[in-house]
Amino acid sequence: MDLIWDGLRRAFELVVGLDATLLEILGRSATVSLTATAIAMAIGIPAGTALGLLRFPGRRLVAVVVYTGMAVPTVAVGLVVALLLWRSGPLGDLELIYTPGGMVIAQVLIALPLITGITMAAMQALPAELADQLRALGANRRQLVIQLWLEARLPLLAAVMAGFGHAISEVGAATIVGGNIHGQTQVLTTAIVEDVGRGRFGPAIAYAVVLVALAFAINAVLTSVQQRSAAWTQA
Amino acid sequence: MIRAAVAIAVLTLLAGCGSDGEGSGAEAAGAEGALILATTTSTRDSGLLDAILPRFEAAGDCAVKPVAVGSGEAIEIARRGDADVLLAHSPAEERAFMREGHGADRRLVMRNDFVLVGPTGDPADVAAAPDVTAALRRIVAAGAPFASRGDDSGTHAKELDLWRLAGLEPDWPDYLETGQGMGPTLQIAAQKRAYTLTDRGTFLATEGLDSRIVHEGDRGLANRYHVIEVRDAANAACAAEFADWITQAATQRAIGSFGADRFEEPLFVPASKDGRG
Repeated sequence: MDLIWDGLRRAFELVVGLDATLLEILGRSATVSLTATAIAMAIGIPAGTALGLLRFPGRRLVAVVVYTGMAVPTVAVGLVVALLLWRSGPLGDLELIYTPGGMVIAQVLIALPLITGITMAAMQALPAELADQLRALGANRRQLVIQLWLEARLPLLAAVMAGFGHAISEVGAATIVGGNIHGQTQVLTTAIVEDVGRGRFGPAIAYAVVLVALAFAINAVLTSVQQRSAAWTQA
Repeated sequence: MIRAAVAIAVLTLLAGCGSDGEGSGAEAAGAEGALILATTTSTRDSGLLDAILPRFEAAGDCAVKPVAVGSGEAIEIARRGDADVLLAHSPAEERAFMREGHGADRRLVMRNDFVLVGPTGDPADVAAAPDVTAALRRIVAAGAPFASRGDDSGTHAKELDLWRLAGLEPDWPDYLETGQGMGPTLQIAAQKRAYTLTDRGTFLATEGLDSRIVHEGDRGLANRYHVIEVRDAANAACAAEFADWITQAATQRAIGSFGADRFEEPLFVPASKDGRG
């Protein structure tokens, strides 16, 4: 039991003492994953909307690809991104392998299928006559989409939360593309793997606690926005 | 592989927490005949373990569970009694382990050497250095990227020794610590066009590296692997069998020929003196 108690005590000291390394790794994790989620949102919400609302040949196939993307292991995503960013690879000149920028690319690809897929399902779940009514009221295409997004804001927020949660919690792609370089590309998940491998359970526990706290904080903010608007809808 | 090894390590450690006393961890985790071998990443990343362990398992009733981590952590696992036998290459730490009475028996198994590798083109002109100290000075003077294991492994310990002997502080901006095994660190070094210290075996066995050896051959770059039977190990019988087996002549020959067909030179040189028929 000593190992666990020592680990918990050390973790407590690190968190309460605002350990410099802990804060640095936390900051990088948050920055990389929030950036990736923002980019994935900017692509995935319009793409999912188009997939949900428009009818075009091959739409069903694209939908299957998106849903498959939700289940692709993150190490596989990491492998593909690493092959592309490799110095000798097609995008090697960008020099993004083992950089936070490379990790953002990997995490965009990890979050994108979730955000696109949930957005698509949300759009399809809207009552079919809603779009017709809005058009009858004279809404142009742009106004129509914005109204539909407002209508579907609860599932859309859920889509963003799912994308962020997947991005920040994954370790496979972060290791392959980032390389866990101390002070440069080490994030909370890769730091946990490293410290467990070295038998340093204190920092590992501290990083795990902070990772959960970060996910909780961000989801708490989004949920409060979501539920406030839910209450407002019912009022 | 890394994660599998870590998972085994964690399970072993957790099992060890459940009860007090030396050696209980391995006992709780292992079925009869399961031998927990704590070893360094270089024996796994070079492919040696995969090549020779099946022979051991076929020869007797012991099933080996190798936990490949840095030497420092391997010794720590053994110190806690969570491994039955150690195969490590961190002599100073091993001697301390023996002095503290944790080891029952320590035998030399094999050796190779550490080499400094760097990007093709050798921007810091390290190859022109007469010895390893001068080589490191050139890297620091050029502010060239250097990838360090940074993981308390035997190779990391060796690297820190070399910096200390050279009177240099490894703390310039492009001194990178990966916290990972030799294989990933070599990949990162190649991609970052960085220099790094590696054992020759893992360097030769790692594919797709755009790196070359820039310094080798100093006496101070020797790399020796010892097998240590952990005292009061849960599976002492298999541990003794393993230590006898890895130092016997047939196994030593297998170690000596491992990799010779693929790399023109063997990755490890058998070094056991007590080989038997």
